[in-house]
Amino acid sequence: MNLGKLQAKQFSQLLNVHQMNSDKITKGVLLLSSFVILFVAGGMIFSLVEGAIPALKSFGLSFIWSNNWNPTEGKENYGALPFIAGTIITSVAALLISLPLSFSVSLFLGEYYRGTKIAKVLGTMVDLLAGIPSIVYGLWGFYVLRPLLIDLGLPNQGFGIFTASIILAIMIIPYATSLSNEIITMVPNELKEAAYSLGATRSEVIFSVVVPSARSGIIAGYILSFGRALGETMAVTMLIGNANIVPDGFFSTGNTMASVIANQFGEADGLKLSSLIAIGLLLFLLTGIINAIGKFIIKRMG
Amino acid sequence: MKEDVNIKDPVLSIRNLSVAYDKGNYAVKDVSADIKRNAVTAIMGPSGCGKSTMLRAINRMHELYENIETKGSLILNGKDITHMPTIQLRRMAGMVFQRPNPFPTMSIYDNVIAGYKLNGIRLKKKERDDVVERSLRDVTLWDEVKDTLHKKGTFLSGGQQQRLCIARALAFDPEVILLDEPTSALDPVATSKIEDLLVKLKENYSILMVTHNMSQAARISDFSMFMYLGELVEYGKTKDMFTNPKDRRTEEYLTGKFG
Amino acid sequence: MNSAAKITAANLSRRTLKDKLFKGLVLFLSLITISPIVLIIYKLVAKGYRQISLEFIIKTPPNTFEAMTALSNGELIPGGIANGITGTLLMVVLASVIAIPVGVITGIYLYENPGKPLANLTRNISDILQGVPSIVLGLIAYMWIVKPITSGFSALAGSVSLSIMMLPMIVRSTEETLKMIPQSIKEAAVALGVPYYKVILRVLIPTGFSGLLTGILLGISRILGETAPLMLTALGSSVINMDITKPTSAVPLLIWEFYNDPNMVDLIWSSSLLLMGMVLTLNLVSKRIAARTK
Repeated sequence: MNLGKLQAKQFSQLLNVHQMNSDKITKGVLLLSSFVILFVAGGMIFSLVEGAIPALKSFGLSFIWSNNWNPTEGKENYGALPFIAGTIITSVAALLISLPLSFSVSLFLGEYYRGTKIAKVLGTMVDLLAGIPSIVYGLWGFYVLRPLLIDLGLPNQGFGIFTASIILAIMIIPYATSLSNEIITMVPNELKEAAYSLGATRSEVIFSVVVPSARSGIIAGYILSFGRALGETMAVTMLIGNANIVPDGFFSTGNTMASVIANQFGEADGLKLSSLIAIGLLLFLLTGIINAIGKFIIKRMG
Repeated sequence: MKEDVNIKDPVLSIRNLSVAYDKGNYAVKDVSADIKRNAVTAIMGPSGCGKSTMLRAINRMHELYENIETKGSLILNGKDITHMPTIQLRRMAGMVFQRPNPFPTMSIYDNVIAGYKLNGIRLKKKERDDVVERSLRDVTLWDEVKDTLHKKGTFLSGGQQQRLCIARALAFDPEVILLDEPTSALDPVATSKIEDLLVKLKENYSILMVTHNMSQAARISDFSMFMYLGELVEYGKTKDMFTNPKDRRTEEYLTGKFG
Repeated sequence: MNSAAKITAANLSRRTLKDKLFKGLVLFLSLITISPIVLIIYKLVAKGYRQISLEFIIKTPPNTFEAMTALSNGELIPGGIANGITGTLLMVVLASVIAIPVGVITGIYLYENPGKPLANLTRNISDILQGVPSIVLGLIAYMWIVKPITSGFSALAGSVSLSIMMLPMIVRSTEETLKMIPQSIKEAAVALGVPYYKVILRVLIPTGFSGLLTGILLGISRILGETAPLMLTALGSSVINMDITKPTSAVPLLIWEFYNDPNMVDLIWSSSLLLMGMVLTLNLVSKRIAARTK
């Protein structure tokens, strides 16, 4: 056996050992980084619960359905109902307002003008809606939309649930359309042609073939956009009127969970801070559930 | 294009039909032909010869897409359908596609009756049931599905699905049935069932079908067209064409030299 | 022929009309939907362009008295938003430094272990993190950084809240990008006996680079305009601050301050114009990169 060969063999063994170690380290690093996400998520829940404990201890579960928000010293009492109600009412209203709009846009992009230049332009503009910062929406709502609504006779200086919902509706449209447009585009041509071959008009094809086939995707898109609406902060804060009451109508002022945190955080400590964190925890759970439902529907579609 | 067959009282007359993609790129060039009533007429040719394009042009499917230009005229049972509202035209010409395409969100029953529903034609329950049963019997599917009428059509096998699609076209009593390679996605057993069915159906219907399969054309068609590069090269009785092709290109195709 | 199957003239005209009306409605509503973006950009440009200058970028804002004086003399408000721009850059860079490595590596982990329970869990948790409202992330960074670590509002806390926001977006886009790389490219490298980390660094990341970049740029464009979490963490500052343990301003925070100060309120438009310009540019650039690689 000659020496050169032996050395080469040893060298390659050495290399193998070295490579096995480096592969192990690489895999370890990959694994570790995925723990970071789990750690962050776990830590978030832990910290929110820990921060909320003083409030939950003082008020118990009635924190959720009490509508008394009173920071006066000695008579301090905090209940989250006005904000839970405000959040759900504005988000549902926003969803309802956005439905016909985002549905139209997804039909425009995925059916009527699929693949054309004009669809590209419209699609880009809708995407840009998602790029506008929340605070800019708030400014526009405050200085452009609100005066318009006052002229139309809206009470409370144009502040309130209705105004906030309109702005929210615009903000969530891109989230609803991006998914439903994609799913509508995926409805096979063969199916549509089958309906056309039976004499259906385009709108009949849309309602009898396209929408039923894309139903889950369209619904999932709306659910995800609803989840977005629940957590929007700045634009809502600037338009909803920030009244800590359970809204008594569509044109009433109110406050949402996100906006009360933004509004009252600066001056908060002690029990009030804990109550705001408890509201944050509830908001976290609420959006988590809504998003999980949306993702579940998407997953089931395959 | 000279006519090689003399058909009296044709169900469909195709006159100088041309179809162009993106202006000037002709997929079908100046085709004229009369289609025999109560017979199976097959359109053959190598892939890309324009046979599917021509069939779809009869149902004016191209109007769904931009940049496709159609010229010429089509006469169905004496009525010019070239400019007729597509709703009416498609109601008279039934179409069956390459791959079975039952509506996945509808039951078997609703699939058969889909033409009526889509066109907003209201039928009484009894009439509806009759149409469904008759159409499913026509395609020999009734005994296989009569107990599962309200299940989704997509649970059927490929061959059953295609027969369901034929039933869906038949339910409307079309004046001509257009089939675009209806068996190309099916296994041999399902294929032969559909072939038997088509032969039986010609008693009551006029059938025009595109096929990529020469032996299928030989087995079931009465008349055959051979298309090549968008032109109708030869048209005649199937028996004559297979035994004694007039055109050199037809002969080469039938003997397997190309295609 | 089945007479019930006849299509009457009334049926025909009714359905044709319905079809046209519906298409008209779709066009009309689509137009309504995109009108806000046009109106918003128009408003920002019309009201904000006069203020945009070099001074606006390199100077800090005036105090409210200086602004009032300028207003009463009918002059433009002096000064600029340099503290906001530098603060935004500082926090975005810091958030990226935290989120990009973790996000990319986690994305690679998910790609390498597609079916594993831990990977599925990580993917689901990451998806849920993506839906967490930004204000809640502000609360979290307040509890994790402001109180225990910097004992006060700080750029670091702001960056942490922004990085948690960015992280799931990068994880997702990394995994999606890597999935599109043909398996054969990876196998070719593995077959050469190249160590695993080199396969990642020399093959996977370069091949998917533009996809990764798109995800990162989109992530940055999302956090650039965030206001709510910064109100709870970075708070704001009237001077340029580069110390990550100190309160720091950001462009959106300045807009919020201007909005609440009647003397300074004119500055909201130019600041928003600048912010929108940054966000939309990043957005379009990343879309362009994505389109080119597809």
